[in-house]
Amino acid sequence: MYDTIIIGAGMSGLAAGIRLAHFDQRVCILERHTTIGGLNSFYRLRGRDFDVGLHAVTNFTPKGTRRGPLARLLKQLRFRWDDFQLAPQLGSEIAFPSVRLQFTNDPELLRSEIARAFPDQVDGYDRLLRNLLDYDQLGDETTFRLSAREILAQYFSDPLLVEMLLCPLMWYGNPRPHDMDFGQFCIMFRAIYLEGLARPLAGVRLILKHLVKRFRALGGELRLRSGVSRIIVEDGRVTGVELDNGEQIAARKVLSSAGLVETLRLCDDASRLERPAAGELSFIELVAVLDRKPRQLGHDRTIVFFNDSETFHWEKPADDLCDPRTGVVCSPNNYLYPDHAELPDGILRITMLANYDRWEALDESAYRLAKLAWFDRAAASAVRFVPDFRQYIVDSDMFTPTTIRRFTWHDHGAVYGAPDKRLDGRTHLPNLFLCGTDQGFVGIIGAMVSGISIANRYLLRD
Amino acid sequence: MTPDEIRQEILDILEDIAPDEDLSQLEDEVPFREQLELDSMDFLDIVMELRKRHRIQIPEEDYGELASMASTVRYLEPRMKDVQRAG
Repeated sequence: MYDTIIIGAGMSGLAAGIRLAHFDQRVCILERHTTIGGLNSFYRLRGRDFDVGLHAVTNFTPKGTRRGPLARLLKQLRFRWDDFQLAPQLGSEIAFPSVRLQFTNDPELLRSEIARAFPDQVDGYDRLLRNLLDYDQLGDETTFRLSAREILAQYFSDPLLVEMLLCPLMWYGNPRPHDMDFGQFCIMFRAIYLEGLARPLAGVRLILKHLVKRFRALGGELRLRSGVSRIIVEDGRVTGVELDNGEQIAARKVLSSAGLVETLRLCDDASRLERPAAGELSFIELVAVLDRKPRQLGHDRTIVFFNDSETFHWEKPADDLCDPRTGVVCSPNNYLYPDHAELPDGILRITMLANYDRWEALDESAYRLAKLAWFDRAAASAVRFVPDFRQYIVDSDMFTPTTIRRFTWHDHGAVYGAPDKRLDGRTHLPNLFLCGTDQGFVGIIGAMVSGISIANRYLLRD
Repeated sequence: MTPDEIRQEILDILEDIAPDEDLSQLEDEVPFREQLELDSMDFLDIVMELRKRHRIQIPEEDYGELASMASTVRYLEPRMKDVQRAG
C-alpha cells in the first residue's frame, strides 16, 4: 500500500514525488512512456542530443534572488541555484512586420523598446506594471478568469502593442484561443518579461536527471512503461489504480498529472461525470541542425516570436494542418553559457500552431509527406524574420500533434492543457488530486511549483 | 537538547531549506522573514522538518513563535529538553 501514487513522471509529478518522499511517504510514480519528462523530454538520434518541449526555462532569476517561483522551488526541493546550471538568454525579439521589440532578462530593455516604438503608450505600460497581480494574488478564480484583452485595452490605445505583448505570452503558456485569462497573463508576464529566460547547456535532461536522482535517493519508486488504465473507485474514494497490464496497485491517495479530462476518464465512476473540455492548441516543431552556429549567420537572438500581420491569431488552425502566420524560432546556442561553452552543433527550432484532428486523420504515407511539406513551409515562414538557414541544414527532426499525444497522452496533443484550470487541484473524489498543466502554472518552473503546491496542500497533511 | 543545540539544529534545517544562504551572519533577534525573506511555505517546512527529525508537533496557532531564531529557541526549549541530538 502506497501513501501516494503519482500518475506521470513529468516535471510536476517528479517535484511532487520529491516533496512526499522527503517527508517519508511511500510514493510511486507511474509513467506510461519509456522515459521521463512528459511534455519536456529528450532523446538521442543519429548521435545527437535533442530536446522536446523546453525552449527556455522561464521564471529565471539570478543567484541570490529570494523571491519568485524559482527561488521557492529550489527551497522546497532542497536544490542549490547552481544545480540547474541556468545560463541566461542573450536576448529575444517580438517580430511583427512593421515593428520589432527586443527584450532580455533586464526588464528595462523592453520598457525602453516600447518607449522607442510606441512613445505614447509607455505610461500605460508603467501603469500596467503597477497593477499586475502577484503570484500570491492568483487564488481568486473570478479575477483569474477576467479577459486579458479587455484589461489591456484599459492601458493601451494602440492595438498593435497589445498584440505584440500578448504574442510571446500566449505562445509560452496560453491554453485558451484568442484571449487569455488575466491571471495566466500575469503569470506569463512575470515569468517572461520581468523574470526571464535561461537554459542549462545540457538542456532539459540536466534538470530531469537531478529530479529523478533526488526522488530515488529519498526512497521514491519510479516505474516506467507502467501506464494507468483505470483509477479504482470504491464508495466515493480512490483505492488504487490498475495498469495497462492488469496489475492493481493500492494507494491511500492519487495525484494525477495526466490532465483533468484524461484523469476523470480513468475513474471507475466516470460515466456519471460531466466531461470538461480538453485543450485544443497543439504544435508542430521542427529542429534543424546546422553546419554552423546561428551567430555565424548573423542570428544572435535566443527566441524570436514572429507574426506576419498587425493582428495576432492564437487559435487552432481551422482549414489546414498548421498555421504559418505566426511561430517561434528558438536558438539554444544563443544563451550566455559559462566559460563561453558552446553546443556541439548549431540548432534552430521552429514551432507553429497545428490542428491535431487533421494530423491524426492522415494515413501513414500522407503523414510522412505532410511532415516534409510542413517542414519546408514552417522554415519558409520563419526566414521572413530570421536569416535564411536552410542551405546549412545537416540533420533534422520534427514532431507533430500526434507525437505529443503519443508521448504525453494528453487529448488533442494539447500542450498547455485545458482552457479552464482547476486551480485548487481538487476533483470529485476526496483523495484524488491534479497537478501539472491542468492545475494552473505552465512552463518548467511552473509545472514543478504546481506539483509542490498540491503536494503541500493536500498530500502532506493528514 | 540545550538551547545551543536547538539553535544549531534550526541552523541545520535552514541550511537544508536554503542552501544558498550564508547563515553565519544570522542575527538571532531579527525575524527570519526580514533577514532571509522566508515565506509561509518556508515556515511550514521548518515545522515539518522538526516533526520529521524529532517527532515534535507544533500546532498551527504556535507558528508565530518561530518568527526569529531567539523566539524559536525559547519556544522549543521546554519541548526539546528530552530530545537527544543525533550523531
